[in-house]
Amino acid sequence: MSESLVEVRNLDLDYPTRRGVIRAVDKVSISINRGEILGLVGESGCGKSTFGRALLRLPPSPGEIVGGEIVFDGQDLMELDEESMRRLRGARISMVFQDPMTCLNPLQSINDHLMETIQAHQTNVSNKEARELAVSILNRLGIKPERLDDYPHQLSGGMRQRVMIGLALALNADLIIADEATTSLDVIVEAQFLDWLRELQQELNLTILLITHNIGVIAEVSDRVAVMYAAKMVELADAFSLFDKPLHPYTEGLLASVPNIELEEDTLEIMYGSPPNLLKPPRGCRFHPRCPHVMDVCREEEPPFREVNPGHWAACWLYE
Amino acid sequence: MKEHLIEVRGLKKWFPVQESFIERLVTAQNQFVRAVDGVDFEIKKGEVFGLAGESGSGKTTTGRLILRLVEPTEGKVFYGDQDLVQLSGEEMRKMRQHMQLIFQDPSASLNPRMKIGEAIGHSLEIFDVAHGKEKRERVLEMMEKVELRPASQFYDKYPHQVSGGQRQRIVLARALMLRPDFVVADEPIAMADVSVRATLLDLMIHLKEDFDLTYLFITHDLATAKYICDRIAIMYLGLICEMGELDRVYNNPLHPYTQALLAAVPIPDPHARRSTPLPKGEIPSPINPPSGCRFHPRCPYAESRCAAEVPAFRELVPGHHVACHFAEQFLE
Repeated sequence: MSESLVEVRNLDLDYPTRRGVIRAVDKVSISINRGEILGLVGESGCGKSTFGRALLRLPPSPGEIVGGEIVFDGQDLMELDEESMRRLRGARISMVFQDPMTCLNPLQSINDHLMETIQAHQTNVSNKEARELAVSILNRLGIKPERLDDYPHQLSGGMRQRVMIGLALALNADLIIADEATTSLDVIVEAQFLDWLRELQQELNLTILLITHNIGVIAEVSDRVAVMYAAKMVELADAFSLFDKPLHPYTEGLLASVPNIELEEDTLEIMYGSPPNLLKPPRGCRFHPRCPHVMDVCREEEPPFREVNPGHWAACWLYE
Repeated sequence: MKEHLIEVRGLKKWFPVQESFIERLVTAQNQFVRAVDGVDFEIKKGEVFGLAGESGSGKTTTGRLILRLVEPTEGKVFYGDQDLVQLSGEEMRKMRQHMQLIFQDPSASLNPRMKIGEAIGHSLEIFDVAHGKEKRERVLEMMEKVELRPASQFYDKYPHQVSGGQRQRIVLARALMLRPDFVVADEPIAMADVSVRATLLDLMIHLKEDFDLTYLFITHDLATAKYICDRIAIMYLGLICEMGELDRVYNNPLHPYTQALLAAVPIPDPHARRSTPLPKGEIPSPINPPSGCRFHPRCPYAESRCAAEVPAFRELVPGHHVACHFAEQFLE
């Protein structure tokens, strides 16, 4: 058994639009290790959600994967036929979205959801066994078993999001992709959910890709952190190195512009400008128009994404 | 001359719950969502007053009540010496020149078919302040102030042609055209991208100084509030549970709910992972709020008295108000 569960190599994903082709994921290479929480952070439009969906080979329409490999547990997903891919989705790779209310069927009870998910993928499970499994999952979720026959609207936001994780647990998914899973939750509920998720992850040795724009959330739970900017992966490191000593000027600027309630000083660093239009991305390094350390080479040539320090990757000419 | 620009006394808003015909026959009493259930506070001239809480706490409704965009069920709102609740519709319309509102979503508050310059200058025409060339000049001047540069180029663009951060600048410019004294900003930076938020916050602080503004800053994000607010009030289920100077409240929170909220704020530093336990459960329904102290079912310090008796909102330390029977034990 190899250490990495997912190996993504040079993934390219295009959105054809009327005004031209947008490359939303551009030569992204990254691995996700077994039993880790990998945080993927970036601003809206950077391609982080598209990347998450691409792992399931389900890019949002009209997106299309145009190059690269997604090796999942030794198997290149790009080579699978649609039927094998369908069986893999949900059962081995599960996805949890921002708004659980749009993912749960309002006319089905929690029990129906869990049973249907279990039986859709494991046809030899009897109703009784499925129900028992559903109860045990609910226990894990910290929801009382008597809520099993409740409908989604009867649950609170935090509980709904737990049920979504529960659906992934029901199938023993190897990889859970959580896309802005806490964004619609209130701050106390979000904190409860994150504490719970962290405990569950450690107990069951889950592998989770946590996609969010919220740097605080990333810092709370991630083992490693990846940063995307304008369709590119710009930095990857373990959480402590990334927050203590960010290498890429974008990461540095991003971290400095996040309000931190614990710090004494009451000014924020300001990053000028906004992310580029991906129809016409800047030449060279995509961050160069906003970068405080810009050099001539940055305007011309794209920096390689390479391991600058052991385990700490960055795409920046400062380290070449 | 009063020190306070805004004074809110006993403000309440109960929204009737829509019931079906049969429910109305069965239940004798009408049900209400007690969105705001009696709040008192003052906003001093020139300060940034924060109103924070989770969704459903009543913070947005409070902001809208002050501008009378929703009519209060009970209570008074003084703007200077004038009770806004007593004003007629026409008098209130005139007052609104002095008070403006900024919403969370700039795309939703801009007319997509109106050019940016026209949108910013629209109020000048409505209140018959300036027209034509003079209007254009004033708009361009304001666009410079909010750093929409080059202004003459932005003037003729449409909202969809600019970025989200620029759209929020347009909304800011539009709000300031009539030179208001008071601005209610309801989650003004929540929609913006992380790297743009700091810039907008900085701009709001500069504009406040340039135009002598007073802000009511409504937010769910206590970390952001720290960078802009002078004083803050924490709301829970329609009531203010704690209020005071921001530094005081953050360094020595006296209400268990404030303590929980502060502990739950995610900190962008993996070394600072949370160690304090969080309260259980979620915010209850404002239709039948819990008896006594509304936070008691979730409070780790709750005693029998908390379920029976509503705690008074009292000034425990000069300038620092709290509604908790046992707040003394938290005093440092």
